[in-house]
Amino acid sequence: MRELEVRAVTENIKEMCIEANHVLSYDMKKALRDAADAEDAPLGKQVLKQLLDNMEIAQKDMIPICQDTGMTVIFLEIGQNVHFAGGDLSEAVQEGVRQGYEEGFLRKSVVKDPIFRDNTKDNTPAVIHYEIVPGDKVRITVAPKGFGSENMSRVFMLKPADGIEGVKNVVLTAVKDAGPNACPPMVVGVGVGGTFEKCALMAKKALLRPMDQRSEIPYISELENELLDKINASGIGPGGLGGRITALAVNIETYPTHIAGLPVAVNICCHVNRHATRIL
Amino acid sequence: MEKHISVPLDQKTVSALCVGDYVYLTGTVYTARDAAHKRMYETLERGGKLPVDLENSLIYYMGPSPARPGMPIGSAGPTTAGRMDKYTPALLDLGLKGMIGKGKRSQAVKEAVVRNGAVYFAAVGGAGALLSRSILSSEVIAYDDLGTEAVRRLEIKDFPVIVVMDSQGNDLYETAAENYRH
Repeated sequence: MRELEVRAVTENIKEMCIEANHVLSYDMKKALRDAADAEDAPLGKQVLKQLLDNMEIAQKDMIPICQDTGMTVIFLEIGQNVHFAGGDLSEAVQEGVRQGYEEGFLRKSVVKDPIFRDNTKDNTPAVIHYEIVPGDKVRITVAPKGFGSENMSRVFMLKPADGIEGVKNVVLTAVKDAGPNACPPMVVGVGVGGTFEKCALMAKKALLRPMDQRSEIPYISELENELLDKINASGIGPGGLGGRITALAVNIETYPTHIAGLPVAVNICCHVNRHATRIL
Repeated sequence: MEKHISVPLDQKTVSALCVGDYVYLTGTVYTARDAAHKRMYETLERGGKLPVDLENSLIYYMGPSPARPGMPIGSAGPTTAGRMDKYTPALLDLGLKGMIGKGKRSQAVKEAVVRNGAVYFAAVGGAGALLSRSILSSEVIAYDDLGTEAVRRLEIKDFPVIVVMDSQGNDLYETAAENYRH
């Protein structure tokens, strides 16, 4: 059994909140640069140029990439041989978010009650997903999620008879409906199978996958490429102002499902697809 | 077409704007997003007075991140405009001349834009660090308790936007994709 002090979790999450909101991962930066090269619509190219400049300014001057620094989504993969000491793990995670958003000059965007809507003023609570895995390490991913794109995300409970064409149809519908509201070029996370909540969680996790990595399942990898081509043929373009680049990637995760169902979730992320991962 | 215009807006300038124009704005704008719009709308319903003079003014749908010491503002890009659609026609009818945001608007907003000869600009969503460089100063002037959603007066200089709905009701979001659909 390996003992881990929860204050290490707090400290790392604090730093990761700040890092994720100012610096995009290498693969996201590359995807945006490639998009700027590939786009030939004048306004679309202008938008992508602004986004590249924005990335540099954000990192250099430590101004958040986007003012919507998100509701903080945190994935904790906990090795089953780890014992947490020194306090309540969940509270340690929330404390990391609290400190990160305060010390990092990040926006506090969380309201306490969905109807009465008083701001909690420290961006807590975060949404935490725990998973127990083999080993004695803890893998932490901090993924702040902006709501321009979150609002355009959907869950569809299809019928088995709808098949792969049904999946294609709902992904394209969700992206088309999202249009300019989701700040294209977007990253499209898709979960297929499982249950109602499982497919939504898979869609969220699909956004974490490196941009140049396709599914290991051959037909899903083909589906990802086909959907990306179809989305980019829509003409929505950067900023929704017309162009060839509407999405940077389509990432699909799958899971076994019930004989009666075909759940599909589409989690849309804007071009500010932020996440930071550390292993403790 | 590239243009430099000043805010508050004047009717002649607004009437000459066309969808697709790339515009640099200089002058004074007000910020308001979801909670401030709700409060302004409820104030009007009660017959109260708004905290800002809307005549020829421009509202920027934006809630900034906190400013670092020595900076006028933090990250400051547009939020999705459609959430304000319920409240916007009433404000346009009171003299509001334009909005800066991102994303599609309702038919009711489009009709109010045409009825009042107004304009809807888009700024680039997710470019909040870049856009903050065009903001010279920021001051909370109402609804301080709303935090990032308070109403702010901003002085902006050469703030880059694109006309996405002009005073004739032309909508760039409806037409832009057609040229690149394949």
